[in-house]
Amino acid sequence: MNKPIRTISLFCLFLFVALMLNATYLQFWKADDLNNDARNRRVIEESYSRERGAILVGRDPVAESVPSDDRFEFQRTYAEPFRYAPITGYFSYFSQTGVERSQNQVLSGEDPRLFVTKLVDLVTNDPNKGGSVQLTIDPEAQDAAFEGLDALPGDVEGSVVALDPSTGKILAMVSLPSYDPNKLASHDLDQVSDTYDKLLADDSEPLLNRGIQTTLPPGSTFKLVTAAAAIESGAYTADSMVPGGDTYQLPQTSGESGLIDNEGRDCGTDKIPFEQAMENSCNTTFAALAVEVGAEAMIKQAEAFGFNTTYLEDLRPQAESNFPTEMNPPQTGQSGIGQFEVRSTPLQMAMVVAGLANGGVVKRPYIVDEVQSADLSTLEKTEDSDLSQAVSSSTAADLTQLLVSTVDNGTASPAAIPGVSVAGKTGTAQSGQDDVPPYAWFVSFAPAEDPEVAVAVMIESADIPRGEIAGGQLGGPIAKAVMEAILDD
Amino acid sequence: MSQSSALMGFVHRRRRGAELFLLILALAVGIGAYAAVGIGVEGHVPVDILGYGGWLAALLVGAHVAVRLVAPYADPVLLPVVAALNGLGLAVIHRLDLAEDTTFARQQLTWMTLGVVLFVGALVVLRDHRVLTRFTYTFGLLAIVLLLLPMVPGVGKTINGAKIWIGVGPFSFQPGEVAKVLLVVAFAGYLVLHRDALALAGRRVLFIDLPRGRDLGPILAMWLVSLGILVFQRDLGSSLLFFGLFLVMLYVATERPGWLVVGSGLFLSGAFVAWRLFSHVQDRVDIWLHPFDYYNAPRPPYSDQIVETMFGMGWGGLIGRGFGEGDPTRITYAEADFIMGAIGEELGLTGVIAVLVLYGLIVERALRAALISRDGFGKLVAVGLAGVVTLQVFVVVGGVTRLIPLTGLTTPFLSYGGSSLVANWVIIALLLRISDQARRPVPDLSGPSEAPDEQSTQVIKL
Repeated sequence: MNKPIRTISLFCLFLFVALMLNATYLQFWKADDLNNDARNRRVIEESYSRERGAILVGRDPVAESVPSDDRFEFQRTYAEPFRYAPITGYFSYFSQTGVERSQNQVLSGEDPRLFVTKLVDLVTNDPNKGGSVQLTIDPEAQDAAFEGLDALPGDVEGSVVALDPSTGKILAMVSLPSYDPNKLASHDLDQVSDTYDKLLADDSEPLLNRGIQTTLPPGSTFKLVTAAAAIESGAYTADSMVPGGDTYQLPQTSGESGLIDNEGRDCGTDKIPFEQAMENSCNTTFAALAVEVGAEAMIKQAEAFGFNTTYLEDLRPQAESNFPTEMNPPQTGQSGIGQFEVRSTPLQMAMVVAGLANGGVVKRPYIVDEVQSADLSTLEKTEDSDLSQAVSSSTAADLTQLLVSTVDNGTASPAAIPGVSVAGKTGTAQSGQDDVPPYAWFVSFAPAEDPEVAVAVMIESADIPRGEIAGGQLGGPIAKAVMEAILDD
Repeated sequence: MSQSSALMGFVHRRRRGAELFLLILALAVGIGAYAAVGIGVEGHVPVDILGYGGWLAALLVGAHVAVRLVAPYADPVLLPVVAALNGLGLAVIHRLDLAEDTTFARQQLTWMTLGVVLFVGALVVLRDHRVLTRFTYTFGLLAIVLLLLPMVPGVGKTINGAKIWIGVGPFSFQPGEVAKVLLVVAFAGYLVLHRDALALAGRRVLFIDLPRGRDLGPILAMWLVSLGILVFQRDLGSSLLFFGLFLVMLYVATERPGWLVVGSGLFLSGAFVAWRLFSHVQDRVDIWLHPFDYYNAPRPPYSDQIVETMFGMGWGGLIGRGFGEGDPTRITYAEADFIMGAIGEELGLTGVIAVLVLYGLIVERALRAALISRDGFGKLVAVGLAGVVTLQVFVVVGGVTRLIPLTGLTTPFLSYGGSSLVANWVIIALLLRISDQARRPVPDLSGPSEAPDEQSTQVIKL
């Protein structure tokens, strides 16, 4: 009977090895996944009783943990809750969002980069402290953006995103309406649930970071992309004559529905200078240009700026900006003026202007500048990186010329800053629904010759009569204030 | 048996000193873990450490002295390994007690005392394991009665959906745990008598010797009993354990892999039909495949136990959180079936592997006793007991770590549960008895009486 006993021994060995391998898989390979699961209460309770690292803007924490005398030992507090909530997110007993979530490993002290600190804490028997995260946000620009948007009448829904064109640093990111993360971080868990349910049920969606999570038709601000495609095609320069006229009948259509007009702005007849078309935001011109370069070139140009992809790595979730990939000629014409199925996040439009400002090179946007240990020594600084070469530098220069003239002589004049040459473009996009007012957009960068800041302003709704909604009037001053805040530094 | 005849002059050493030394290490594990629990959870060494440690030491030294007196040649590793597992289990249960304000550890210590008493009793009464062959059918019948008892109205109790308990006064008792020991003995007695009939007759199909139709009787009967446990008692684990055990012993007795093919086929088809027919089996499989879909589910089935165990084990990582630093009470029944989750969380992968190695050692020593045993009955009992431990550990640890679908069984020596602990101590007594017989010097030159034919074969080979 010894032969089968030996076989059985091997079988037993096999079963034990299987158990050991499985345990190793769970506790070694799979451990990080399990620990990162948002439903894992152990990790959250542990983080609750630990001094979580701060989220810093400039030198001041916008989120930090302070000692508390209840069962969790530390209380998360947010110094300027409404202003920074869309970025920081919240850290509640039940879940986390924003930077609190994306940088959770660092803030909670679990990140491998904090290994040495952790080891020292272990040896000295100190409680484990989390690392801090330094954001790229410029506090003055953030203030200017928040106060500008908040000053609009009524319950504002909108967003402002500002970028450093040469690095991709996000200098400001404001979204309204906002919420108070302090209420969600409270240790009174019933109250947290109530607050959360209320926020979730709110029709104005305060939990949404409109800067990266809302996509809307960009309207005339998208004409930058159309112009870029036209100049890239080689057929035009900034000094060329472009198709003009009071109306433009989309190809393959007839009658009112396929007819594009300029809402009374002067777009000449037949041929007009490119500058005039941009200054007056001529729908007829850009619809015609889009049809002329064709769907393929339009798609290629839009995707080169970042449409139809996601690129933000340190703040999630990010909505993908959409440029339709299947279009017939009339749809291409509508897309050329930012209508049809074109949808963009404010961040995406900021990247379009930032790319033009940076000689055609679009930088990958980022919001975490540095990861620091608990004693604020730098562990890692984010390196900027190129996302794409969207247009050639000569095309970028041509477009800059057109946009400067749009601020100096055209619809974007509210953003003009004395003594600084500003490049900008307005947009007023039809929502497509009768009971929903149009969306006001404004994009700009400054100074035009050596850009330091690119801004996109989007106003989804505010208490403004329908007829008075115009990107330039509403968004221009906000963009100007943000640019000034950066340029004054 | 080639070994025993080839090494006729070789005499196993008693190694009782080694056993005592290992036992002291095991005590250090048990008492050390208890102290660590006190320091980790309450911040100081438990006040009753001397009383507790003294009691544990007295029990184990008592067991050691009994082995020294009545089974001097017994395997020296088994008792210390079991002592370490039992001690660690007590400490982990005590840690959960402190968190949940229960007194399971105290009860478990009482059960351990009873287990050790029965262990000593079994060694003293049973001087030669072959005596047990007299009770083959008695034990078989008793085992089946015990298995059926929970279904008797008034006696049986349903706890957590499984009808595997009987109530005796204030105590609940799992007769299946005792039945498994009885079944091993009964199978061994039956198979050692009928192995030739089962082994020799049969047909050859595709390189596999399939057994004769009418010899399938016992295996079919066992299959039906297993299915009955599965269907009527909703106890997947025991069903798998009994059938697997029978299959292993049948294979060893007959030396015919054909039985494994037939048996595995029967098991798989039975499992498949059960999966199609019974919603509780389907639930188990669904939870196994998609545990996170059922986590915090609004209605049963829930997967909270298994997901919390996975979270806990991931949280424990390589070296664990340390006693008192984890949150094992998130796992319901962490002190029973899911104790490996608590160990994984607070002692880490290191602790889990250490425990698995200890189980592996028990199995290895049991199989070694089977290999060197001089009689077929002893071999079969030892293999059967090794199989019980392996299958039980595999089913329960594999279940809680999501290697296989979860089926309830206790983790031998670790989990809280009196019936299981007592039965497992008796298993160890049987194994020690068999290894004592096997390692003992042959009394005279008359040679083993069990298998003269094999003996002569070997002599010719030499």
